[in-house]
Amino acid sequence: MSTVNLSTITKRFGNVTAVKELDLKIKEGEFFTFLGPSGCGKTTTLRMIAGFYYPTEGKVKFNEKDMTTVPPEKRNTGMVFQNYALFPHMTVYENVAFGLKVRKTDKKETRSRVEDVLNKVRLGQYIDRQVSQLSGGQQQRVALARALVIEPDILLLDEPLSNLDARLRDEMRNEILRLQREYGITTIYVTHDQVEALTMSDRIAVFNFGECQQVGTPSEIYNKPVNDFVAAFIGETNLFSIKPDKEEEGTAVFQSADFDKSIYVDHTEENIASYAEGEELVMSIRPEAVRILKDSVDGNNVFKGKVSLVQFTGASVHTYIEMENGAQIRATDLNHGPSTYLKEGTSVSFQLPQNQIRVIPKAGE
Amino acid sequence: MLNAERKRTILLLIPIVLVLVGYVLYPSIETLIESFKKNGAFSLQNYGDFFGSKAASNLEALWNSVYISLLSVFFSALIGIPLAYIFNRYDFPGRQFFSNIAIMPIVLPSLVGVMAFMFLYGEAGLVPNALKDLFHLSEVPFSIGGISGILLVHAYTMYPYFYMTTSSALNNIDPSLEEAAYNLGSSRLSVFWKVTFPLLTPGLVAASLLVFMVSMASFSAPYLLAGGFRVLSLQIYFSKTNGDLDMAATQSVILSVVSIAFLLFMRWFQNRKDYRMASKGIGAHRSEVSNPLLKWSMVSLGIIAMIVLLLPHVTLLVLSLVPEGAWTWQTYPQAFSFENFRLLFEDTNIWDPVRNSLIMAAIACGGVFVFGIITSYALVKRTFIGKNLLDILVMIPWALPATVVGMNLILAFNEPSAFSFGKVLVGTFWILPLAYFVRFIPLVVRSTNAVLEQMDDSIEEAAQNLGAKWFYTFRRVVLPYIMPGVLSGSLLAFVQAVGEFPTSVLLYTLGNRPISIEIMNQLRMFNLGQAAAYGMIQVGLIAIVLFVSYKFFGVKSENTL
Repeated sequence: MSTVNLSTITKRFGNVTAVKELDLKIKEGEFFTFLGPSGCGKTTTLRMIAGFYYPTEGKVKFNEKDMTTVPPEKRNTGMVFQNYALFPHMTVYENVAFGLKVRKTDKKETRSRVEDVLNKVRLGQYIDRQVSQLSGGQQQRVALARALVIEPDILLLDEPLSNLDARLRDEMRNEILRLQREYGITTIYVTHDQVEALTMSDRIAVFNFGECQQVGTPSEIYNKPVNDFVAAFIGETNLFSIKPDKEEEGTAVFQSADFDKSIYVDHTEENIASYAEGEELVMSIRPEAVRILKDSVDGNNVFKGKVSLVQFTGASVHTYIEMENGAQIRATDLNHGPSTYLKEGTSVSFQLPQNQIRVIPKAGE
Repeated sequence: MLNAERKRTILLLIPIVLVLVGYVLYPSIETLIESFKKNGAFSLQNYGDFFGSKAASNLEALWNSVYISLLSVFFSALIGIPLAYIFNRYDFPGRQFFSNIAIMPIVLPSLVGVMAFMFLYGEAGLVPNALKDLFHLSEVPFSIGGISGILLVHAYTMYPYFYMTTSSALNNIDPSLEEAAYNLGSSRLSVFWKVTFPLLTPGLVAASLLVFMVSMASFSAPYLLAGGFRVLSLQIYFSKTNGDLDMAATQSVILSVVSIAFLLFMRWFQNRKDYRMASKGIGAHRSEVSNPLLKWSMVSLGIIAMIVLLLPHVTLLVLSLVPEGAWTWQTYPQAFSFENFRLLFEDTNIWDPVRNSLIMAAIACGGVFVFGIITSYALVKRTFIGKNLLDILVMIPWALPATVVGMNLILAFNEPSAFSFGKVLVGTFWILPLAYFVRFIPLVVRSTNAVLEQMDDSIEEAAQNLGAKWFYTFRRVVLPYIMPGVLSGSLLAFVQAVGEFPTSVLLYTLGNRPISIEIMNQLRMFNLGQAAAYGMIQVGLIAIVLFVSYKFFGVKSENTL
C-alpha cells in the first residue's frame, strides 16, 4: 500500500499541454477519483502514475520514493483498462496468473491465489474458460482479478465501467467498492460519470482543460464548488451572472440582470466561495433548493414567473419557470402525486433560500 | 522510459534497415546506375536507344505491355464484378458452392495455369481438337496464342481480384443504406447507380490498379504464349540472355517507374476517401430468386462457370496421369497411369527440382517469417522518424515486377559487395532463396500488419503493468497474438516461392534448378505428363496451405491477396 504524491506535474505532447502544474496527494487506502469531461487530462495523469507516460516536468512519488522515471513494469501498480485489455489467447486462469508468473511465484501458490481472487470476484467456476466466452461484466471482473492478484501498491481504474450497460454498471460499482474495502488498496479511479464519482469516492479531483479545479469529498464538491465549472459539471444547477452590491450584517447583497430585485446571500464560507477582486461572479442554486410558493409571500429573494414546462421523471418532477425578462430557472421536487403538478402557464412565485445559494467565480479558460 | 524505449526501437530498426537497404534499395540503385552506363562510362545512350528509332521494338513492347494490361483490367472486371454481384446478392440453389468455386483460379500458380491453358486451348489443345473431330472440320476452329492467349489467361487468373474486392465491398454495405434509398422513392436501377456503385468504387479502383500492375509484371503468360509478340517484362529477359545488361537495366527502370507510379497512385487514392460504414453489425442481404426461369438460368450460369473455371485443374490432373510417350502426335492421350508420380519419388533426377524448390522456399520462408515479425512490429507499434520511408521501402518488392527484382539482384550481386559478405552471389545456390525472400517480404509484412493493427496498445501495456519486461511481453503476449497472421502469410509465401518462375528463370543454376524451370524443360522435351505432375504438386501444396490458413488461423482466402 502506498500514498501517491504528484508535485507540479506538467505533461506536454508537442505544443499541447495535457496536464498543467498538477499537485495532488493521495492518502493510503483512499478511494480517489479523477473526474472530468473527455480530454481534460485525467487519463493522462493516470498513465503517468502507471508509468506509460513520463511527466515533462514535476515528480511522481509513491510513499517517499521517487518513481518519476521508473518503467511501468517496476511500479507494482495494478491497472484495469477501459477495454479490459485481457489477453485474448489465454484462458481466465492464464490471464489472472500472468502477473504472478512474471513474479516467479511458485506453481502451487499461484494456483491458490488465482482461485482465491477469482472466488472473490465470483468467477470461480469460469477459471478454465477462454476470455472471449465471457460476457462484458465477467471480462471486467477478470480484469479486476488480474490487477488485484499481484497485490499492487496502487490500483488504477481507467473508466472501467464505461463499456457496461446501466444495470451491470450499478452492480459492478458495488463490487469494486467491496473489493477495494476488503483489500484496503489505495485506488485511483478515472471517470467522466459524476454519479460514479459521487457514490464511490472518498475524495474527488475535478479536472478541466488539464488543470485540477477542486479536490474534496463528494459532499464538498457538490455543496461547495469552487467555480461555475465544478458546480455545473457535478449535479444539476441554475447559474446566473451576478455583481456584488453591498454588505448588510451577515448578509451579502448582489445584483443580477436576470432578476428584477436584489439577491441576498448569507455571508458564510458555505455560501460564498473565495474569489479575487474584480473576478466575474456567478451564483449557483441547485434545482432541489428552489422553493415554489403557493401564495405570494414577502421576504428576501422572492421572485415571480410563469411555469413554462413541467417534466415528470418518475421519482421527481422538474418545473421550469420563466421570469418576465426571459431568464429561466429550474426547480426540482420529489413526486407527491399528480395533484401537486403545476400547469404550464400558471403564474407562480418562488424563493431562493439565502442559505442555499452559492456564489462562485467564473472558471478561467 | 524515453531512453530505454528509444534504444529498443533503434535496436529493432538496425537489422530491418540493414536488410532493406542491402537487399532492396541497394540492388535497385545498382540497376539505376547500370542503366546510365554504356561500356563503363556514364551516358544517356541506353535511354536514347530505348526511346529512339534505333530499337523500335522496346517502345513497342512498352506500349504492348500497357495496352495488354488495360485490356486485362477491362476483361477481369467484366467477369469479376457481375459474378460477385450475382453470387452475393441473389440466393439460388448451389450459391454457396459456386461462390467457393469462383476463387479456384488462385490455387493455380501462374506458370502451371498457363501450361494448362496451352493444353486446353492451344494449337494442339484438347478443346479445339475435340471441336474439330466433333464437327469434322479440316482445321482446328480456334486456338489461343499471342495477344488473345495472354488476355485469356490474364482474365482467368486475375478476375478473382475483382471478384473478391467486389464481394467483400458488397457484404460490407449496410443494407439499410439501400433500404433508405428505396424508402426515399428511388427505383432499383437508380439505387444501384446512386448508392451501391459509388460505395463499390474504392474497391474497384484498387482492384483495377492491382490487376494493371500484375499484368504489367506478368511473365509466364507472355513467355509461353506470346510467340513473336513483345512485352516489356519479356524484353528484359531477352536482353539479359543476350548479355546486354545495360539495356536490361534500362528496361527494368522504365518498367519499375510505371509500376511504382501506380503503387503511389493507389496509396494516394486509398487514403483520399473514407467510405467506412458508420454502422456496425451488418446482416446478410440476399434476395431469393423466385422466378423459376431466372433461378434456373442462374444455376446453369453457375454450372457453366464452374466447368470453365475447373477445366484447367482437371486438365492438369488428367495430364499428370499420362506417362511419357503416350501423347505425342495423337489428338488425345493414349494411356493413363501413375508413372509420373512414381518417377517423381523414385528417380532422383526428377525429384531433385522438387527438393530444391522445397529447400529454397523453406529458407526464404524462414527468413521472411522472422523479418516480417520484426518489421511489422516496428511499423505498427513503434514511432520513429522516417517510418513512412521504411513503409515504402518494404512495399517496393511488391510494386516491382518479379523480372525487375531478379535483374536488380543480378546487377547487385554479380560482383562482391558488403551485403553478400564479399562474395559473388550470382551463380551460387544462395541467390534464389534471397530472391524469394525479397519477393515475399511485403506479403508477410502485410498479413502481420493486419493482425497487429487489431491489437490494442493496452494489451501490451497491461502486460507491462503486471510487471512483464518488454521481451517477456513480446514473447508471451504479442507473438502468440499475431502468430496466425504471420504463419498464414509465411505459408503463402512458401507455396508461392515453390512455384516462382520469373526470378527463377533469371537466376537459377544447374545445381539449384527449381520446379518451374524443370517444368519448362519437360515441356521442351514434350514430356507433358511429367510437367503436369510437377504442376499438381504445386497445386496440392497451395490447396493445403489455403485450407490450413482458413481452418486453423481463420484467415479467409480473399485476405491473402
